[in-house]
Amino acid sequence: MKKTIANVLFLILFVILVIGILQMPTTASTNAPAYNDIVYHYINNGATDTNAVNLIAAILADYRAFDTLGETIVLFTSVVAVGSVLRSTKYDKEAKENE
Amino acid sequence: MNDIIIKNITRIVIPFAQAYGIFIILNGHISPGGGFAGGAIIGTSLILYTLVFGREKGKKKFSHKMSEIAESGGIMIFVLIGVIGIIMAGSFLANQSAGFPQGELGNILSGGFIPILMIAIGIKVASTMISLFNILIDEEKV
Repeated sequence: MKKTIANVLFLILFVILVIGILQMPTTASTNAPAYNDIVYHYINNGATDTNAVNLIAAILADYRAFDTLGETIVLFTSVVAVGSVLRSTKYDKEAKENE
Repeated sequence: MNDIIIKNITRIVIPFAQAYGIFIILNGHISPGGGFAGGAIIGTSLILYTLVFGREKGKKKFSHKMSEIAESGGIMIFVLIGVIGIIMAGSFLANQSAGFPQGELGNILSGGFIPILMIAIGIKVASTMISLFNILIDEEKV
């Protein structure tokens, strides 16, 4: 039952992601807003939009805060991965005692 | 490491290094720097302490329990700020429209939630550095 629910949820997520991909622009273009307008928008309106003097911090922590959240989650994942491999737990100690 | 010169120099250097790291974190939105750089400085000073005074004393300063709290706490603060944005303004991590106090441009207390995010990232990066180091040098008797 649990497995079926998980599979259905994964299928729904898959369909949503595919719909998202289909709506993306198919060909690369130098006229895309990411290459032209957004730079001037950041330089002209960055201080009033975010009220931070340092434009880099304004972009990192305000305009692209979701990206920074992903970066911190990468750090978290690295610690969890290293810890799960190398840190000894009480199960290791029990296994050692049972030998 | 049993060298009196290194121990004394470390005792002198560490407070300055940590104060500089905190300065960089808190000034992230008005001067170059930010959570990643400042957190790396604080984490490195803790690594220096552990290297010089040994793992046992380092454990007293920054234990596994504390690193667990700091690891999850940094991300929790970040996500909590984002959820406040959803509640107040309808979009994740909304700053000005969510009504965070803006302050005056150029002061330490400005930029809405940017200083809070920088502090959260700084805690996260510092604890990541020190706990990766501790996990790698721990000789567990398994």
